Amino acid sequence: MTKHQHDFQPSTNSQPLLEIHDLRTYFFTRDGTVKAVDGVSLTVERGQIHGLVGESGCGKSMTAMSILRLVDKPGRIVSGEVLFKGEDLLKKTRHEMTAIRGKQISVIFQEPKSSLNPVLRVGTQLIEVLRIHEGKQRTIKRKDAVEQLRSVGIPDPDRRVENYPHEMSGGMAQRVMIAMGMACAPDLLIADEPTTALDVTIQAQVLDLIRKLRDEHEMGVILITHDMGIVAEMADIVTVMYAGTAVEEAPTVELFETPLHPYTQGLIASIPVMGQVKERLEVIPGNVPNLIDMPPGCRFAPRCKARIEHGLTRCEVEEPHMIEAKPNHFVRCWLYEGES
Amino acid sequence: MTEENLLEIRDLKVHFEIKSGILKRTAGVVKAVDGVDLDIRRGEILGLVGESGCGKTTVGRAILRLVEATSGSVKFKGRDIFKLSSTEMKPLRREMQLVFQDPYSSLDPRSKVGDIVGEGLRVHGVTDRKERYRRVLEALEMVGLQEPHMRRFPHEFSGGQRQRIGIARALVVKPSFIVCDEPVSALDVSIQSQVLNLLKDLQQELDLTLLFIAHDMSVVEHLCNRVAVMYLGKIVEVAEREELFGNPQHPYTQALMSAIPIADPKVKRERIILPGDPPSPLRPPPGCRFHTRCPEAIDICSQEIPQQIDLGRQHLCACHLRQPEPDAVQQPA
Repeated sequence: MTKHQHDFQPSTNSQPLLEIHDLRTYFFTRDGTVKAVDGVSLTVERGQIHGLVGESGCGKSMTAMSILRLVDKPGRIVSGEVLFKGEDLLKKTRHEMTAIRGKQISVIFQEPKSSLNPVLRVGTQLIEVLRIHEGKQRTIKRKDAVEQLRSVGIPDPDRRVENYPHEMSGGMAQRVMIAMGMACAPDLLIADEPTTALDVTIQAQVLDLIRKLRDEHEMGVILITHDMGIVAEMADIVTVMYAGTAVEEAPTVELFETPLHPYTQGLIASIPVMGQVKERLEVIPGNVPNLIDMPPGCRFAPRCKARIEHGLTRCEVEEPHMIEAKPNHFVRCWLYEGES
Repeated sequence: MTEENLLEIRDLKVHFEIKSGILKRTAGVVKAVDGVDLDIRRGEILGLVGESGCGKTTVGRAILRLVEATSGSVKFKGRDIFKLSSTEMKPLRREMQLVFQDPYSSLDPRSKVGDIVGEGLRVHGVTDRKERYRRVLEALEMVGLQEPHMRRFPHEFSGGQRQRIGIARALVVKPSFIVCDEPVSALDVSIQSQVLNLLKDLQQELDLTLLFIAHDMSVVEHLCNRVAVMYLGKIVEVAEREELFGNPQHPYTQALMSAIPIADPKVKRERIILPGDPPSPLRPPPGCRFHTRCPEAIDICSQEIPQQIDLGRQHLCACHLRQPEPDAVQQPA
């Protein structure tokens, strides 16, 4: 086992914490149907960090919003299953979902300051979360909020609890968001680019905190990011998304050592890695396709060098399927589907 | 001024006054840049790294006189540009160009690409339309765009292409020095590498000198020959790339490097997690500005401002705890 594989105890029943099957979320706009999420399947175990990586517009955030059923019109989850502890969240009533959100599944967003209410003290906002979900109206007091702030490593929580969000730095505000997310000890934490707005030294603090909370609470984490470095350091297992679909899934070390999908290969080769200077960086030609006029067949085909090298013709016609090319290593590419 | 330095920055200070109340009294002074000494050598790519609010962008703008410096001097090819009148400054402005961070807001949405790129030529007195057309086309081709793109509007381009337009706009007037202010940080990873390769090629082909301002140490290591690290308005460390990354000396540089996630799960490192946030430049701490977060701070750090000293191998560092290597004096610089 590598340093990244967390030794989690499987729960008594071997059911995974979260299982998504073939999730599809479309937006029906006047210009056409935007297939923001178009066939994503993933599994999160307790105590596991599942990295969801891809470039802007690839549907990684929309996948998270779909899990929470927070898709606004004109968007709609058109098909798929989201099994949380074995129950399909897509079949829950609105009322049941409210009870799950924040209590069993929490989410933290990229911009901590715009996620907090600017006119309320952070303590008030924390107490509100606790009261709604714990239902103990009177017994929850200021000291519970102080305790929550202390648990996420905010120095001087007794004073900070009285602060308004604008009196805090970005890193501090993100800790408050995490404190709110953790308030009800959720089983699943969805962290959507939690450190993108933060400086590197502050990012290191926040990532460290997420890892620590995962260890303490045996929580499952979906970590959404565009940063391959964060994925490499944090995740146990990684799903790579491209233009709405999951193109590859593998344990982290396996993915970085032997990436199978040409997109993943290009992505890993194109980022500068500190301590490994190359004369030139690899380049993925072209741009991410428009989600409205999606090319038929494999979405990556127009940018794919491997397709030309191997003289594959079906890529532009027929969409490949997600197959298990190696044990626990899944890929959606005709290069591998042909072999089996 | 030595021949090899294109720019010499000495004790540069840029302070912004904060006015408040109806009488507009000065409520405080933000010391965005507070005593920066830096040389930029001909034909090099100098990386200037630091976290948000450290003053790196302000340094870049002060060099171009886009913000007025409070004190200090910047010599470009031996001339102190702060002493020049705006007429005297104009020919130098042609030689010193800027590429912006945000390719979306830095291009006029109502102008065609040809006009955006050609504007600098008009300003600098290229009146002949055919000549302008030829030069614009040449600049666009240098960055990998073609003739038909001249007649399109910025919104028709992707982020990476827009950044190419921004680079073409800087190149069209044939500058010798370009300040690149976070030119790839708004781009997607697969597009970043295209622009980084382009900058590297252009710098070599056109023998440009670049000041590359960035917060991403991996990008800086890939692109730059020499790197300067800034913290809260001051330069804390400057060295050649291999030297800085192989042998970082300032505790801040060390922490910054250890904090960067490396896209290789097999790399194992000792991580230094700095406590707290950077202090506000409105009230910088006395002594060494990093002492409030420094894991190695001793008494003197909170009392005296450390001076930049040469540790040998042209490795400059401003830290009370670092001394030059004993044999460094004999080594030829």
